[in-house]
Amino acid sequence: MKGIVSYGAYLPISRLDRDVIFEGMGWLHQGTYMKGEKCVANFDEDSVTMAVASAMNCLEGYDRDYVDGLYLATTTSPFKERRCAGIIATALDLKGQIRSADFTNSTSAGTSALIAAIDCISAGSANSILLCASDVRVGKPGSSQELSFSDGAACLLLGSEDAIASWEGSYSVSYDFPDHWRTDSDKADRSWEDRFGREEGYRRFIPEAISGLLSKYNLQPKHIAKVIFPGIYQRDHASICTRLGFEPGQVQDHLMTAMGNTGTSYPLMILISALEDSRPGDRIVVAGLGNGSDALLFQVTEGIEKVKDQKRGVKGYLESKIQLESYEKYLAFRDLVSPEAGIRGEVMPYTALSLTWRDRREILGLCGTRCKKCGTPQYPAQRVCVNPDCRAIDAMEPYRFSDKRGKVFSFTGDLLAFTPNPPGIYAVIDFDGGGRYWFDVTDCDLESMKIGTPVEMSLRRRYVDERGGIVGYFWKTVPIRF
Amino acid sequence: MGEGIKDRVAIIGMGCTRFGEHWAKGPEDLIVEAFTEAIGDAGIETKDIQAAWYGSCYDEFNVGKSALPLSRTLKLPFIPVTRVENLCASGSEALRGAVYAVASGAYDIALALGAEKLKDTGYGGLPEMSTILGTKSRVIFPSISAPGAFAMMATRYFSKYGMTAEEGKRILAKISVNSHRNGAKNPKAHLQRVITEEDVLRAPIIASPLGLLDCCGVSDGAAAAIICRADMAKDFRADPVLIKALQIGTSSGEELGYTRWDGSYVETTGRTAARAYEEAGIRDPRREISMMEVHDCFSITELVTYEDLGISPRGRARNDIEDGFFTMEGRIPSQPDGGLKCFGHPIGASGLRMLYEMYKQLQGRAGERQIKDPTIGLTHNLGGFPQMNVVSVVLVGL
Repeated sequence: MKGIVSYGAYLPISRLDRDVIFEGMGWLHQGTYMKGEKCVANFDEDSVTMAVASAMNCLEGYDRDYVDGLYLATTTSPFKERRCAGIIATALDLKGQIRSADFTNSTSAGTSALIAAIDCISAGSANSILLCASDVRVGKPGSSQELSFSDGAACLLLGSEDAIASWEGSYSVSYDFPDHWRTDSDKADRSWEDRFGREEGYRRFIPEAISGLLSKYNLQPKHIAKVIFPGIYQRDHASICTRLGFEPGQVQDHLMTAMGNTGTSYPLMILISALEDSRPGDRIVVAGLGNGSDALLFQVTEGIEKVKDQKRGVKGYLESKIQLESYEKYLAFRDLVSPEAGIRGEVMPYTALSLTWRDRREILGLCGTRCKKCGTPQYPAQRVCVNPDCRAIDAMEPYRFSDKRGKVFSFTGDLLAFTPNPPGIYAVIDFDGGGRYWFDVTDCDLESMKIGTPVEMSLRRRYVDERGGIVGYFWKTVPIRF
Repeated sequence: MGEGIKDRVAIIGMGCTRFGEHWAKGPEDLIVEAFTEAIGDAGIETKDIQAAWYGSCYDEFNVGKSALPLSRTLKLPFIPVTRVENLCASGSEALRGAVYAVASGAYDIALALGAEKLKDTGYGGLPEMSTILGTKSRVIFPSISAPGAFAMMATRYFSKYGMTAEEGKRILAKISVNSHRNGAKNPKAHLQRVITEEDVLRAPIIASPLGLLDCCGVSDGAAAAIICRADMAKDFRADPVLIKALQIGTSSGEELGYTRWDGSYVETTGRTAARAYEEAGIRDPRREISMMEVHDCFSITELVTYEDLGISPRGRARNDIEDGFFTMEGRIPSQPDGGLKCFGHPIGASGLRMLYEMYKQLQGRAGERQIKDPTIGLTHNLGGFPQMNVVSVVLVGL
């Protein structure tokens, strides 16, 4: 049975209380106030790195060779030209013989990519597609978008069989609706009058898609266990549900208060949170929004029971958080102010792209080697075994470290080396199962670091060379969040 | 091991600039100053030098690449000149080139000179080092600095021997206090100020647990040695200093790649020192060595080096430090010239600077800092990080 085979979510660890934002910029437009908090990508995260994190969660327990294709949906690609799905596939150590595509330019891209993936599987062109939706959403300081936008990534593994939620169909409406847009050079969205987006867009397209879906498949609201769509206008969210004939118990929490609007991943994020609480047989309707709406229909299968407590989904990530106390720090992380970096932050040795290509599996994929003679895993990849009692030459096989956990061997908090978020913490890590190397440590404070702290790996923007337009993606360690 | 070079080569002249922030002096000034003192001390002229080795670390950043900065500055007349670089052991590596050349019989007189002009880089602390192992390390290394790499050793050491960070830092503070006490008496030292343990403990953190006063000075400077066949040395002076051993050791990569090393010591130092002691015929370094200049880039480095050199038993350097074993009044005075901590650390010059102090002490020319009747002096450099490094150990005596 085709459909969703596995899921994984990722929310960055930092949360910004909307009161903190409002204290900083609320003087500008007092009417923007809203309660709750938003997820804030760390300075070293972007849509690519978060997509990788969600995919690592989704793929846990799956052979990476099972994946036939990777689709990324994002409206905040770090590149205008360079396929981010390819970066993600390499980081995930997927085989090279897969199809990949970036879906972009609308917050509907997540649901659109999902439909495209299902169609690809239905056509028999692939047995499985990994779908990542990821955004780091920036609103102008003082705007309502700044308060409601949030950062995160959702990942679904779609396959031709073993679905935990079977694909039952979809219904789409597409319009060139000009409620908001971003040109080639804009950093933040521009928008037409807010009431226009709400009355003419949100209140029309979502009901049109959902009721179209129900009638297409001859279903009544009572046949649906959960209805899911973005909570962009919270009062209207409730009234749309009522108007469509859903009882409050059928409406999945839209997470606007606890999480915010994560863009392309937003409906998928709510879908994952619904799957975490679902039972076999539940029919779930998911609708997105962005230049129209895609409404999707799934039915949960028995397979859900094996997956739902095993996966890192939305619930766990919502609970795992650190409050970002400073609005100014948020501005600096998003490059909305330009703090003094000093000579250490400004002087950039060049990046050899022929080298990063040649060693892509080692750098982006964090694959080292394991000695076939003595079994010692080692990073970076070696020709000569590092074990002093072995020293075998060219007896290596590839060994992936990105999905291995480890423990802190030693660490420091460095105030001399440049980092946008001092102190720069780095550590020597001993991997469970063998292997030792040193990495930057992120998403933690120095006080919580100890010898023996359990860690896992996370792809990050280790450095950015503004002059060359180069993002140095590499792996850091993070303390295991949950 | 082969026969070694014990007593085959002598030092007949040395020179060393004051180390410090020489805003008004360029590399040429520093090189000429160290060289002039060295040939004057040896009583020779430029034309007597048959070959030269030149040590500097941060090439493009300051002095320049190749041997040309040395040969062109000193107008060495078309003789063989070689530049060597081996991180913080670059100065000792230059010495090694000159010493081995003379020991081989290829030349009678050779020059070793090290220079570094760090204060033309714009950095407080050492310049950015992400490409230290090439363009790949730039991508796959953490955002590391020298104090951070050594701080990780302090964390391991404190943990292994059951010290809290506070207890550990107090021991380390005594090390810095001793260096400052000696450096304050040295007119050529970069930092000439006496400090207290409380000063060290109150200093701002650079890389936890190390603070500012756990870190050595970052300086400009140059130092030079004139090397000569031992059997000719007395033609130049009555008190030549003989090379008893000269060893270099480099990491195999297993410290950071294999899980055996416990992170609380420097593997290379122990291995290199053992070879040096064998070469010099030293059986009990704690009794036979008179004085030392060790590579105290950071206080923790000095602490573990006492143990790595076999002077203090493992985990017991603390007791020796508390007993004053390494002070000027102690059994083995360490860092009599102030060490890297106070004399400063122009990388390529440091190994030869250490030798300069041992040389003067052995000849009884160390003035206010003179140690009574020393027979064997030890210098030690540690380039790189505890996790991967280059070490030199040099033993000299009369």
